[in-house]
Amino acid sequence: MSFLSQLINGLSVGSIYALIALGYTMVYGIAKMLNFAHGDVIMVGAYTIFTAVSMLGLDYWIAIILSVVFCTVLGIVIEKIAYKPLRKASPLTVLITAIGVSYLLQNIVLLIYGSHQRPFPKIISVKSIKIGENLVISGEAFFTMVITIVIMIILTLFIKNSKTGRAMVAVSEDKGAAELMGINVNRIISITFAIGSGLAAIAGLFFASTYGFIGPYSGAMPGIKAFIAAVLGGIGSIPGAMLGGILLGVVEGLSKAYISTELSDAIVFSILIVILLFKPSGLLGKNVTEKV
Amino acid sequence: MGAKSEKNKPFPGGIGRFRQKYDNNFLISFGIMIAIFLFCFLMIATGNATRHFKSLLVPAGINIILAISLNLVVGILGELSLGHAGFMSVGAYAGCLFSIYTQELFPIGVRFPLSLLVGGLVAAFFGLVIGVPVLRLKGDYLAIVTLAFGEIIRSVIINLDFTGGAAGLKNIEKHTTYTSVFIIILITLFVILNLINSRHGRAIMAIRDNRIAAESLGVNITYFKLLSFILAAFFAGIAGVLYGHNIGSLTAAQFDYNRSIEILVMVVLGGMGNIKGSIISAILITIIPEMLRGADKYRMLFYSIILIIMMLLNASPRFAEFKRKIRIKNLASALKSKSRQKEEV
Repeated sequence: MSFLSQLINGLSVGSIYALIALGYTMVYGIAKMLNFAHGDVIMVGAYTIFTAVSMLGLDYWIAIILSVVFCTVLGIVIEKIAYKPLRKASPLTVLITAIGVSYLLQNIVLLIYGSHQRPFPKIISVKSIKIGENLVISGEAFFTMVITIVIMIILTLFIKNSKTGRAMVAVSEDKGAAELMGINVNRIISITFAIGSGLAAIAGLFFASTYGFIGPYSGAMPGIKAFIAAVLGGIGSIPGAMLGGILLGVVEGLSKAYISTELSDAIVFSILIVILLFKPSGLLGKNVTEKV
Repeated sequence: MGAKSEKNKPFPGGIGRFRQKYDNNFLISFGIMIAIFLFCFLMIATGNATRHFKSLLVPAGINIILAISLNLVVGILGELSLGHAGFMSVGAYAGCLFSIYTQELFPIGVRFPLSLLVGGLVAAFFGLVIGVPVLRLKGDYLAIVTLAFGEIIRSVIINLDFTGGAAGLKNIEKHTTYTSVFIIILITLFVILNLINSRHGRAIMAIRDNRIAAESLGVNITYFKLLSFILAAFFAGIAGVLYGHNIGSLTAAQFDYNRSIEILVMVVLGGMGNIKGSIISAILITIIPEMLRGADKYRMLFYSIILIIMMLLNASPRFAEFKRKIRIKNLASALKSKSRQKEEV
C-alpha cells in the first residue's frame, strides 16, 4: 500500500478516536472526572447493533437508533448510580469507581455473549472511491470521516449557540457560579453524559465496522487511546479532541505500516508520556493555574 | 518537663520508647502475620495440610506483598497506580534471567536472595525512570500513564529476544518456598510500616491530605512521591521474582491490566491506607476464588462490584456513622454509659 492510502487509513481510524475523545473531553470538562467506562460504552453500543441486526434481524437504521438510545440511557444511568453520590468525594475515589464500572460492563457482556469474538454485520455499504492509479479510499473510511466531521460541526454549533450548550460551558468554567446563575448543574452533567454516550454508540458502530469483529474487551483499548487523544489535544477542549484523535490515528497507522504492528501500541503510549512531559495541558489546552 | 512525662508513662525507659515508636497498628499487623505463619506451620507439621492448601500459601503470600506495596502508593500517598503488574513483570524477568544466567556462578543459597535483590532493584529503577516524569502529574493523568507504562512493558517484553518473546521464559528453577515468602513479607511489612510511622511517612500522608498545604510547609512533593513510588516498585519487583521462581515459567501476558486491577481490588477491599486490611483481603482474594471454582466465571464481575460498592459506601456519611458505631471501643463506652445511667436511676 502506498503512503497516501496508509495516511487515509490513519485519518479514518483517527476520526473514530476523535469521536470517542469528544465524550472523554466533554465529561472531563464538566464533571472533572475521567470516565473510565467510556470505552466500554462503545463496546456495549456495538453489541447492541450486533444483537439487533444479527440476532433479531432488525433493519440497520432501527438498530443504529436503538444503539444510540440504549447507550444514551446507559450513560445517564451510570452517572446517576455510580458517579452522582461521589460529587464531593476525592478524585481517587471517583476514578476507582469508574474503573469498577468499566469492569462491570465488560463482565456483564462477557457473561451474556461469551468471551469469543463475534463477526460484526456489514452495515455501511458505500462504494470504494478510486483516485488515480493506486489510491483507493474504502467506502467505510470515507463514510466514517464524513459523518465525524458533520457530528463535530453540529456539536460545536450546539455548544456555541444553544442555551444548554452555553450552560455546559458555564458549568465547566465555574460550577458554583453557574449554580448561582440558576443553572441546574446536575441536569447539565446528565446531558453531558448522555451526549458523550450517544457519540460513543456511533463510534462503536464505526469501530466495529472497521475491524469486523467485536469482543467484550474490544472497547478498552480504543477507549484508552481516545483518552490519550483527548490529552494530546488538551483535555476539556473540543477542537483539541478532534485534532488529537486524528493525529493519534495517523501516527498509529503509519507506525503500524512502517515500524512494527506489535509495537504500535507502545509507540502511541510513549506519545502520551512525551506530551505530558513537555506540554501537560495538551496542544490546544489552556494552562490553568491552581488557586488555593 | 521531660522527667515528668517520663514518670507518667507506665513503662519508663525501654518499653515506653518501644511503644512510642511502634504503635498498635504496627504490632497488630505483625501479630496477624506471625499468627498466620504459626497456623500454617502447625497445619503442615501435623500433616493436616492438603496439597491444595499448601499450593495456595505462596500465591497468597505474593499477593500480600503486592497489596501492601500498592497500598503505599494508593492508600498512603493517595495516587492511583495502574501499572503495578508492570513493575512486577520487570522485576520477575530481571530476577529470573539473573538466576538462570548465574546458575553455575553461585550456590542456590546465595543466588536466590541475590536474584530477589536484582529483581527488586531493576523494578525500582524502572519506578524511578517512570516516576521522575510522571509524578509531576497527578490524579487521572498519573493513573493513565502508569497504565500505559504497564502496556508498554508488556509489548516490549513480547518483542525482545532474551525474554523469550510471546512464548515466555521457561525452565526457571523453583526455589520459592513458603518460608522465604514469609520472610519477605515480614521485611516488606517492617519497611513500609516503619516508613508510615516516620517523619517521611507523615510527610507523604500530608501530601495526600492537602498537597498545597504540605507544599507551603516545605514538604518536597516530588521527593516524597518518588520515594513511595520507588519503594512500591521495589517490593512489586521482589514479588515478581518470587512468583517466577514459584511457577517456573513467565509470560508477559500474565502481567496484564487485569492483574493490576486485581491488586487494586485487594487494596480497596482491605481499606485504602490500612496495611492489616490489605493482608487480610489479599488472603481472602487468593482463597475465595479457589474455593468457588465453579463460580470462576463470575470472579471479575465480583471484583468490579466490590470496587464500586466499597467506593460508594466509603463516600456515604451514613456508612461512616454506622462504622463508628460498631467500633469495639465505642461499643464498650456505650455500654458503660448505659450501665452508669442505670446506677444513677
